[in-house]
Amino acid sequence: MATNSLKAKSSGAGFKNYMRRYWVLYAMLLLPIIYFFIFKYIPFLYIQIAFKDYKIGMSPFAMPWAKNKGMFYFQQAFRNRDFRFALRNTIMLNGLDLLVGFPAPIILAIILNEIKCNAFKRVTQTIAYLPHFLSWIIISGLALQVFAPTTGLVNIALNAMGYSSKPFLNNPHNWVVIYVLLGVWQSVGWNTIIYLAAITGINTELYEAAEVDGAGRLRKIWHITLPGLRPTIVVLLILSLGNMLGIDFARPFSLQNNLVKSVSNVLSTFVYTNGIRGLQISMTTAVGLFQSVVNVIFLSIANFIAKRLGENGIW
Amino acid sequence: MARPKAKSDIVFDVIIYIICILLIIICLVPILHVAARSLSSADALIKGKVVLRPVGLNTDAYKTIFKDPVYTRALGWTAILTVIATACSIFMTVLCAYPLIFKELKGRKFINGFIILTMYLNAGTIPNYLLMKDLNLIGHPLVLILPGVLSVFNMIIMRSFFNGIPASIRESAEIDGAGYGHILLNIYLPLSKPVLATLTLFYAVGRWNGFSDALMYMNDRRWYPIQLLLYNILNNVTSIEVATQEGFSSPGLSETLRAASIMIATIPILIVYPFLQKYFIAGATLGAVKE
Repeated sequence: MATNSLKAKSSGAGFKNYMRRYWVLYAMLLLPIIYFFIFKYIPFLYIQIAFKDYKIGMSPFAMPWAKNKGMFYFQQAFRNRDFRFALRNTIMLNGLDLLVGFPAPIILAIILNEIKCNAFKRVTQTIAYLPHFLSWIIISGLALQVFAPTTGLVNIALNAMGYSSKPFLNNPHNWVVIYVLLGVWQSVGWNTIIYLAAITGINTELYEAAEVDGAGRLRKIWHITLPGLRPTIVVLLILSLGNMLGIDFARPFSLQNNLVKSVSNVLSTFVYTNGIRGLQISMTTAVGLFQSVVNVIFLSIANFIAKRLGENGIW
Repeated sequence: MARPKAKSDIVFDVIIYIICILLIIICLVPILHVAARSLSSADALIKGKVVLRPVGLNTDAYKTIFKDPVYTRALGWTAILTVIATACSIFMTVLCAYPLIFKELKGRKFINGFIILTMYLNAGTIPNYLLMKDLNLIGHPLVLILPGVLSVFNMIIMRSFFNGIPASIRESAEIDGAGYGHILLNIYLPLSKPVLATLTLFYAVGRWNGFSDALMYMNDRRWYPIQLLLYNILNNVTSIEVATQEGFSSPGLSETLRAASIMIATIPILIVYPFLQKYFIAGATLGAVKE
């Protein structure tokens, strides 16, 4: 906008001509800009509530500062036992997702790339992408039915093999396993897309040269495909390390029940339960801010380490 | 090329095909199992006889649900909501993406940064909630449309596609005296059908599956979308009305009803999926390319 006014000063007629030509484009952008301003930028004004005593119906600017130089609600959160559990569970579940859910699509993409029959490859891809389009409510519904104590598919299979039924979703230990595996189930196919795109970018001459040298398929995967995927893997790894405290809401919320609260209570569900339902607005705003700040720090550290190791990083 | 296959090569192929077939089975079996449950008799279900084929085939559960005014209302409302929200989203996405392909547009870099930044920054759950409260949107049907009406990710996909259309086409139209609005409507949009189809699918599926926004912002039962109602049914907050009225409270029946209510929320996705999946792979790869 600054350049516009400069231009207008130097040649008023030029600016007029410019606007006569381009005003339509600015008019088109008006609604999107208003949208982003209201729904994406205005909420930042409310973050100050983390340092203030929330008063209903009052402007955040007018609210009085909280005790202890505004840090009262951060201290309150850390004194809260549920919060400490939520923090631990968030890190634990995200860590397991990273361990199991992160490599899964890389492996699957390499496998899909090795399929020579195109029709079979396409069928596999189409079916593997499907769970990505199901909501977590539907997935939790499917899981409740498939793992149902006596009538569910898994327990029927266990019984047929001579094992006794297991309460999969009502036992904290099993619940964590199911949580992680359902995450893989939902996203493994879809997440191969980016890796498959990266594989198509690998120079085919490399494979031909390796073949002349007598390399087998496993060696080609190890020495050509995997190194070719490395930049993509590094970027996605940095991004997920930088989201260590960020956790989807619907997934733990829809899968949780009262018997597994000790592991299913995470930061997103904690904020919902104590903030929107419990109306501890200042404390949960503080939790949200804490989450964002830690995420930025993690992201910077991950990026720094990646660059130190000679990778490109994300900035 | 015609080199004879080594033994290890064949073993390798077999393993790969087995893994893929297992993957296909694991992806489909849960859906098939729940479909079978929804079509079985309550008695067979409770005895653990239902695996992948319905036992005592009947459609009572579906009939009961379609008689339930709350469920049918939620279904109809979610369908209407999905159509309206998707139309608004596509409109906004085009409005946002099209001007940004004009390199000569002054302030383009700034506007672009202003928009892209929102992808990485989020004020958080409570600030967003308080904004909805101050806008008096809590409980209003518009709260299910406005906050997510424009996705930056989808806008980038749209813009990449527009950028792929040769600029010479629009330049020759400009020489003929066509305005930018005219060029959008008569040149860009007709050429962009694949990407419009992809984004329609993304937005529509997102709205149909949307749950968290409804849980947090919608406190008026009349405007509950299907996912929120389904969550309540699965967690015993709500029960299918007709069933309780008619005195069916046998555990087997409530299980077939749950299975059917899951299937009804899933079927629309299963129906649109095969038609549009040929488009979305191209669309998703486009979005994956770093701008």
